[in-house]
Amino acid sequence: MANDPSGKSRIDEPTGTQTVGHEWDGIEELDTPMPRWWLWTFVLTIVFAAVYVVLYPAWPMITSGTEGTLGWSSRGDLAAELQAERGRREPLRQALANIPLERLPEDSALMAQAVAGGRAAFLVNCVQCHGAGAAGSKGYPNLNDDDWLWGGDLRAIEMTLLHGIRQQGDDATRTSMMPAFAGVLSAQELAAVTDHVLSLSGKADPNTAGAQIFTNNCASCHGPEGTGDRAFGAPNLSDAIWLYGSKRDEITRQILAPRQGVMPAWQHRLDPVTIKMLAAYVHSLGGGEDFVEAAETPAVKVDEQP
Amino acid sequence: MNSPNSSWADLSKISKPENSGPENGDPVQFFEKRRQVHPQRIDGNFRRFKWLVMFVTLAIYYITPWLRWDRGPFAPDQAVLVDLAHRRFYMFGIEIWPHEFYFVAGLLIMAGIGLFLVTSAVGRAWCGYACPQTVWTDVFQHVDRFVDGDRNARMRLDKAPWGAGKIARRSFKWAIYLFISFWTGGAWIMYFADAPTLTVDFWSGTANPIAYVTVTILTLTTFLLGGFMREQVCIYMCPWPRIQSAMLDEKSLLVTYKDWRGEPRGSVKKAKRDPDGFGDCIDCNQCVAVCPTGIDIREGPQIGCITCALCIDACNRVMDEVGRPRGLIDYATLEDCEREAAGEDPRPVWKTLLRPRTLIYSGIWGTIGLTLLFALGTRTHTELSAAADRNPPFMLMSDGSIRNAFTLKIRNMESRPRSFTVELEGLKDAVMWSGTVSRGAAARSLEVDVPADQTAAMRAYVVAPADTPAQDFAFTVASRDEQAETDRSDVRFAVPGGAE
Repeated sequence: MANDPSGKSRIDEPTGTQTVGHEWDGIEELDTPMPRWWLWTFVLTIVFAAVYVVLYPAWPMITSGTEGTLGWSSRGDLAAELQAERGRREPLRQALANIPLERLPEDSALMAQAVAGGRAAFLVNCVQCHGAGAAGSKGYPNLNDDDWLWGGDLRAIEMTLLHGIRQQGDDATRTSMMPAFAGVLSAQELAAVTDHVLSLSGKADPNTAGAQIFTNNCASCHGPEGTGDRAFGAPNLSDAIWLYGSKRDEITRQILAPRQGVMPAWQHRLDPVTIKMLAAYVHSLGGGEDFVEAAETPAVKVDEQP
Repeated sequence: MNSPNSSWADLSKISKPENSGPENGDPVQFFEKRRQVHPQRIDGNFRRFKWLVMFVTLAIYYITPWLRWDRGPFAPDQAVLVDLAHRRFYMFGIEIWPHEFYFVAGLLIMAGIGLFLVTSAVGRAWCGYACPQTVWTDVFQHVDRFVDGDRNARMRLDKAPWGAGKIARRSFKWAIYLFISFWTGGAWIMYFADAPTLTVDFWSGTANPIAYVTVTILTLTTFLLGGFMREQVCIYMCPWPRIQSAMLDEKSLLVTYKDWRGEPRGSVKKAKRDPDGFGDCIDCNQCVAVCPTGIDIREGPQIGCITCALCIDACNRVMDEVGRPRGLIDYATLEDCEREAAGEDPRPVWKTLLRPRTLIYSGIWGTIGLTLLFALGTRTHTELSAAADRNPPFMLMSDGSIRNAFTLKIRNMESRPRSFTVELEGLKDAVMWSGTVSRGAAARSLEVDVPADQTAAMRAYVVAPADTPAQDFAFTVASRDEQAETDRSDVRFAVPGGAE
């Protein structure tokens, strides 16, 4: 046939079909003709391609591609899907907007939706500082634990989210200002008060000199026992959690030149429902506290002690 | 059809097939025009068996979705239902979840090995009797016969010019094709939703668009493949004939023309003149006329032969008429053919069927089946899986205690709501709480309600006292009902400092 370079093509006796002329150890290949309908399917695919090229984006050009007469694009598909999804989510957002934050935990289904939405928003807006697992790092608070500088109930968390921390120009922002003790305390006094702070969580022996310095300089905010005060955002110094480290030199450094972290006020960047969902998510991470007025049982009151 | 694997018979004695390729000097032929197949009506044992198989398989196909099976108020009452939306597969008393898909995989493996078994024993019996392509082609060929008459009438009509009569006949026939095709597609979707509901929805136009699309596609494919492509599917599209030719051996039963008995062919008249010069084949071509794939079995085993054995029926009838022994075309093994040709007695059929190869296939087939049955009988309807949070792996609490968070998934595979107790095993002095149990009520065990036939996911926070070393422990779950099914999930408690 056509592809017979050797000229050895012959008619195969049993089948009556021509061979292609190749031979390997006596094995020859038959040149069985294709069925004609197969040819028509091939023609059909060409017609299909021609129609497709006209209707749909097909040819790459220099700056963009041909767009097709149907005006279809995968980007448009995505936009339509997103739009539809937003529409589907509208009732949920409406419900979240209407429910007071205090009542949200009672509606467990809505709470679960809020937590899921909050997780998504968290991954976009918060992970840069607090980490993907919300575990924070040195200087960036861990949101999973039960230690809260400004309070860990839903309302307090929402407040922090709305107004941020140390945001100038926001009257309701969370602001605390620990003075720098560099040049105020002598080296001896500094060592003594550091010892005292360590002793509050059992990391050093108590010393009276340090206790005296603490009472004079620190107790007004951190409390006489060093348990802190959420009204000022004063950290609890008697627990196991340290934002800037629990080693002696880390504590000394913090006394001499306190670092003061900031967090954006999200009310200008996110809508109230998203902030509500974020509050629900952060609250759900395992350290969320009940509202004080709801905390009647003694068992829950333990939680109130950071 | 042309076929390269017709090597065993001495084919040089056999007359040339009708559709020979190009003779020397003919113009080059790249594409072959299709020869229409118009099988003639035939009656006989194999035809009756084919009728039986057709009715049974079609009945199974059409009736199954309408069978009901009571599973209580929390599960569908359709006996066989592939519920893709809820990812459940129901088959009478068995319910399969996606994670148990190995049951379906096992069934598919059994189906595969079952085909090996059948092929090695009785050749292409699947192709000849039970394959949907065969069954539907058969149905459509009966429609042809009903509308246009038998073989000769159909051939005449094919050649006839297009006139009002032919157009009317063709329209009528294709309308019947379409009707059958539509019901084929319509029955298919019933397996994927509640059949009575879907039927009402379908005809009131409120069914899922996927239902309409599926029915349309299946209607068109049935119309095309059953109505027009027919034997072309078996010869050119289906991989199974090729696989089967590799699985047949000299002990497999095949539809065989006994050429040593039939050749040389000659009409009854010729044979009368020269009684010793001719074989039993009177060259009446009945075997070719009845063949649904249009082959000549006398050319030997070939890819186009689906072993439907209608040629056996045809030949036996002719042999009866001319007073020669039956079985010129017969189910026979290659080995037996050689023995018979040499004048020996053929081996008994049971020896053909029961040989090491078929016994090994049966053994594998049965072992898989029994294993599946065992797994089905011993599986529990309660499962627990616990996954530890990786980020963060542990959490230091303000009082120095250590908390690990886990995601627990509790599967309630019963069709009724159940309550479970989740407990800590090991990890002394640890307690846990969850999204629904507050930290104040933390305890060694929690109670969880799981809706019927669902998986409940919950967060569990496990807190252990300060200085607890890293260690393995487990969550256990027990159903709080008379079944008292249990499961456990082993996990590790991580602590600060990377101590392992």
